[in-house]
Amino acid sequence: MVAEQCRCESEEFKELDAYIAQFRDKKSSLIKVLYEAQRLFGFLSEKAMLFIADRLDVPAAKIFGVVSFYSYFTTTPKGRHQIKCCMGTACFVRGSEKIIAAFEEKLKIKRGETTTDLEYSLDSLRCVGACGLAPVVLVNDQVFGKLEAPDVDTILANNKG
Amino acid sequence: MRKISDFKTLEKRCAELKPRLVLRMPGADAAAGRREILVCGGTGCQSSHSLDLLEKLQKEIKAAGLDSAVQARITGCFGFCEKGPIVKVFPDDVFYVEVGLKDTTEIVESHLKKNITVERLLCRDPRDNKPIASHHEMPFYKKQMRVALSNCGLINPEEIEDCIAADGYQALTACLEKRTPADVVKEVKLAGLRGRGGGGFPTGVKWEVAAAQPGPVKYVVCNADEGDPGAFMDRSILEGDPHSVIEGMAIAAYAIGASRGFVYIRAEYPLAIRRLQLAVDQAHAAGLLGRKILGSGFSFDLELKFGAGAFVCGEETALLRSIEGGRGEPTSKPPFPAQSGLWGKPTIINNVETLANVPQILRRGGAWFSSFGSEKSKGTKVFALAGKINNVGLVEVPMGITLGEIIFEIGEGIKNGKKFKAVQTGGPSGGCIPAGDLDVKIDYDNLIAMGSMMGSGGMIVMDEDNCMVDIAKFYLDFTMEESCGKCTPCRIGNKRIHEILTAITEGRGTMEDLEKLENLASVIKDTALCGLGQTAPNPVLSTLKHFRDEYVAHIVDKRCPAGVCTNLLDFYITEKCIGCGLCKRGCPVSCISGEKKELHVIDNARCIKCGTCMSKCPTKAIVRR
Repeated sequence: MVAEQCRCESEEFKELDAYIAQFRDKKSSLIKVLYEAQRLFGFLSEKAMLFIADRLDVPAAKIFGVVSFYSYFTTTPKGRHQIKCCMGTACFVRGSEKIIAAFEEKLKIKRGETTTDLEYSLDSLRCVGACGLAPVVLVNDQVFGKLEAPDVDTILANNKG
Repeated sequence: MRKISDFKTLEKRCAELKPRLVLRMPGADAAAGRREILVCGGTGCQSSHSLDLLEKLQKEIKAAGLDSAVQARITGCFGFCEKGPIVKVFPDDVFYVEVGLKDTTEIVESHLKKNITVERLLCRDPRDNKPIASHHEMPFYKKQMRVALSNCGLINPEEIEDCIAADGYQALTACLEKRTPADVVKEVKLAGLRGRGGGGFPTGVKWEVAAAQPGPVKYVVCNADEGDPGAFMDRSILEGDPHSVIEGMAIAAYAIGASRGFVYIRAEYPLAIRRLQLAVDQAHAAGLLGRKILGSGFSFDLELKFGAGAFVCGEETALLRSIEGGRGEPTSKPPFPAQSGLWGKPTIINNVETLANVPQILRRGGAWFSSFGSEKSKGTKVFALAGKINNVGLVEVPMGITLGEIIFEIGEGIKNGKKFKAVQTGGPSGGCIPAGDLDVKIDYDNLIAMGSMMGSGGMIVMDEDNCMVDIAKFYLDFTMEESCGKCTPCRIGNKRIHEILTAITEGRGTMEDLEKLENLASVIKDTALCGLGQTAPNPVLSTLKHFRDEYVAHIVDKRCPAGVCTNLLDFYITEKCIGCGLCKRGCPVSCISGEKKELHVIDNARCIKCGTCMSKCPTKAIVRR
């Protein structure tokens, strides 16, 4: 099965292969490789994980174990606009729960989900360290701070299409 | 930078580069209108567009023909994140806050051209609302003492020349040239430096154990997996002065006999990763990292490893498993990492702030470092002040200062004139400290005695609007989600605690639950495998101890005194109602009645407390009580 998967010749797989080739100690570079794979594909598909297992000579079960352990990795595709609400303590005491609830209401999805048109995904994350701006939201790594529930509309309007 | 081949050359290079910092030194005079403007380039200020601000400032300086006398650059975090973006003008010692893109022209026209300070951009004294002309007169900075943060807000972290001009790598050189490894360990022990990441284990002792291990292969690891929500000191140090951490690691490696090091850093800190990698590359090119550093027999190489969003990886044994490329699950101690760590080799793991203190200790002496602080906790500590406080930011203070001084003098009290309720220290492993304990001196041992801990130095201030049961639940929610699941007490015990807390906040709690909580907490503390599990019940125990009446109010009176727990609140429509009917139409269970243009009423027996009416009401006439 693995051999069949590796016949995939898409540009991303070639790029990933080249990335893996630079490591001498392949086994301990697993997390870095997964990073790169997620950067290239947007998420970690079964195909991508089996490809990595083959190239690093690590059992696929270990790859799945690592991917499911760390919250950074995702095995489902994410939306084009990734909205991440900080749920660190500083943001929490300044009302981040209301912000994420407002996003849930507007987008009609729960945290951890993606809209069916793959436009938006909504996640919570633990502290980006911009506590002076609490509560904060990241949209594709751009930080929006000192938010109140009505700001949610503005953010969505500015990140459309 | 060209490669520096020996100790003498570094000294020479430092002397040559000194003029770079002349204007930024205390007492520098503004002769010939020469000035330097530093704009904060930390994550906080960058989020408020400080880089656009810098670009605009540079353009306008050039357009005004001042570019030969005035330079504008980025620097690391000043710490006053509440009022970002921050712009500091040297040598005038003028500190502008909340500077927007529209303000640059006035800075150039008034301050730079006419020497008139732009008063409206100055920070104001909260007592008399007068603008404060000088950086060092600001209440936020008056009680601070900067050691680990000394270069943050002074140098450009992206240029190694600035670091060398500020005596960077001098401590490492002095170690390689004049001291034996045992001598270095002795100095760090003399300083009394304790781990700044949480546990407070004496750094020198850790190094001594690792140095005594046989075998040629050892490792130095920097723990930059700053996981405590609300703590951002490590991020600021890495962003503002990455070379101090690299130098600290190189000194540690020399002391224990290691030649390879790893920095385990959170992926959520992209700017810190970029600046640190840049600093590593620059240090390599300059011959301050790599083979035979400065022509000595000592070699040291450094590699970055990324964390992938698992809080437990801040625990040292879990961190090591993660570096090895596996799941970050902790292992039992002993053996301690200093005996058997990364790939079974002796490994020391030090936190970012600890390592940033090391070069200063070696340069100025262990006795100097131990001359401030309290009896058993020496030196300074960086705290991240956040939550319901006026001045959110990073502060570095000598150990032994009181919580009250930090919160009410440096932090200038509670937001919007509200009443202080508690301060939470130590992140999810710590506890809540009530108003009665504000005059206790902060050090490792006093905080533990109060049922909390130092942790990495996060301080979240809470006011009367925060419900302490809800806060305890918030932390348990965190630890429950972050528990790796390896040991039963943490995996199942914390889940049970969370369930009980949820029941209490929803009005289903009983008085027996409080006893159950205490029992469960003490069992988990005694039996969990790692630090995460052992300390997870702390937020519950400390709130139970200091705010038991709030728990009782939830259980007996079915009431949330702070007005947070939705299930215990009823919605009411006040006189402000204009009778528009929006709430009535929005209500999913149709429990609101009333005629057009008349006061509406909520039937609390049928209300499901969804809050839709409150968000629909145009006049904010609906309240929760």
